[in-house]
Amino acid sequence: MSTFIAITVSALALGAVYFLVASGLSLIYGLMDVLNFAHGVFLTLGAYAGWAVASRLVAPANPVMAFALSACAAVGCGAAMAAVTELLLIRPLYGRPVSQMLVTIGLDLAMVGLLFGIFGSNSRSIPVPPWLTSVTRIGPERIPNGDFLALGSGAVVLAALAWFLRSTRYGIIIRAGAENRQMVSALGINVGSAFTVVFTIGGAAAGLAGLLNSVVFNGALIDPSQGDQLLIFAFIVVVIGGLGSLAGSAIAAVLVALVQVYVSFYAGSGAGLAQLGNGSVVLFLAVVLLLRPRGLLGRTA
Amino acid sequence: MTAALPGADAGFAVELADLRADISGSHILQGVDLRVPAGQVTALLGRNGVGKTTTLRALLGLLPANGGIRVLGHDVAGWPTHKIVRLGVGYVPEDRDVFARLTVRENLRLAETTATPRYDLIYDLFPELRERSRQLAGTLSGGQQQMLAIGRVLLPDRPLLVIDEPTKGLSPLLVSEVVDVLQRVSSACTVLMVEQNVHVVRKLASQIVVLDRGRVVHTGHAAELGEEDLVRRLLGVSGSA
Repeated sequence: MSTFIAITVSALALGAVYFLVASGLSLIYGLMDVLNFAHGVFLTLGAYAGWAVASRLVAPANPVMAFALSACAAVGCGAAMAAVTELLLIRPLYGRPVSQMLVTIGLDLAMVGLLFGIFGSNSRSIPVPPWLTSVTRIGPERIPNGDFLALGSGAVVLAALAWFLRSTRYGIIIRAGAENRQMVSALGINVGSAFTVVFTIGGAAAGLAGLLNSVVFNGALIDPSQGDQLLIFAFIVVVIGGLGSLAGSAIAAVLVALVQVYVSFYAGSGAGLAQLGNGSVVLFLAVVLLLRPRGLLGRTA
Repeated sequence: MTAALPGADAGFAVELADLRADISGSHILQGVDLRVPAGQVTALLGRNGVGKTTTLRALLGLLPANGGIRVLGHDVAGWPTHKIVRLGVGYVPEDRDVFARLTVRENLRLAETTATPRYDLIYDLFPELRERSRQLAGTLSGGQQQMLAIGRVLLPDRPLLVIDEPTKGLSPLLVSEVVDVLQRVSSACTVLMVEQNVHVVRKLASQIVVLDRGRVVHTGHAAELGEEDLVRRLLGVSGSA
């Protein structure tokens, strides 16, 4: 029983990371109809920015402060990269969805190649505070502290995004734009600026996800291809949740992570363990799409 | 290509010169020349499919068009829609296009493009909008959605209203209510509207412009709609129906 609770918490933490990546993808698609295959780059660059700040720019005397600064760097780098991508590459191609998709694929390939060129294929290790590598006892349970960090971060970002979309004028513009972009323009609102905001928010969440994924699930290691690996699961989460639905992404992220972790853990042990878990996620996607083609909370076309 | 607008006049809120637009390869507008006098209500009339809605959408930059477009003294051909609207244009589309998954209050909040939104005026004209402010716009009746669509454009003080079929699909009681509201607001601004209901046009408009096959075929006074022969010839309907 204690194992079940521990792996459930671990799955929820993984779901929080999936949500951080998927939330941006979902918002971007919902407002702009752009399938952003470069989202993984925002994630990877965020992780490298966090590593650079924590390991090189900040004295290790205060590891908590160093990690906090590295998280800020990850968020800032993801956001800046996303904003630049929208302004320079996506904006000139509005109304040409295939071109937009191709340019994001090209950017992803180019940036991953560039990162391999700069850092090589060896993983880099992010210095983390000792607390993050230890566990907390809750009764008989031993829960890794990293899981709490991921869970807390996912919950805070979900609450912040929900508040932003519900309560701010920009949030209302984004929700309205997902329904009818032309009518938003016909009210005198420059939808283009909302596009940049959405991209930036998505990039910030992805940058944070990149750092958390490395720290919590990858032994504090980062490598240039980690963004692409997570992006596949994020796309699955977005499709299961329903394209454009933030709440759908949150629910789907948790479900996908639970399926993946439970199958990986209970289906046995061996070299194919991870692949079995991954395969179960694809099967879950197929079942959801067969029963509910628009996803859990997606809109009808 | 932008057509010249000779003699552009401050006395006109809208001037279209040789306006042409295609939709899916069909030549919908084939050279529309139109002037909307400032401070008056102009009704754009014509049979179904002659280009009335397309004219309004082209004027607002909602679809690509060639020709001269002058709005409130500015040559706006090629401008993005939001920039044209910010000159002081309010647009009520044919299908209302309220945001169904936003509340009434959020729909109105989107239209707050000036520092002093006129909520008092809106709630005075349409008290129901205040009562239903937390209701999702998609759950409103057609008449309530039309109130919201009109209220949304009246929130900022705008010198020009472009309204597409404001009484379409409404019950006679609601038609009367909408006409009363438009009569009240049109005293303070210019209105260009598409309307199929001849009686509504006679109540509201001072000028009529009739389109046929993508061109203006008649411009005159709204009182002409009392002439049965003219109405039958130009619109294919009876003015007394």
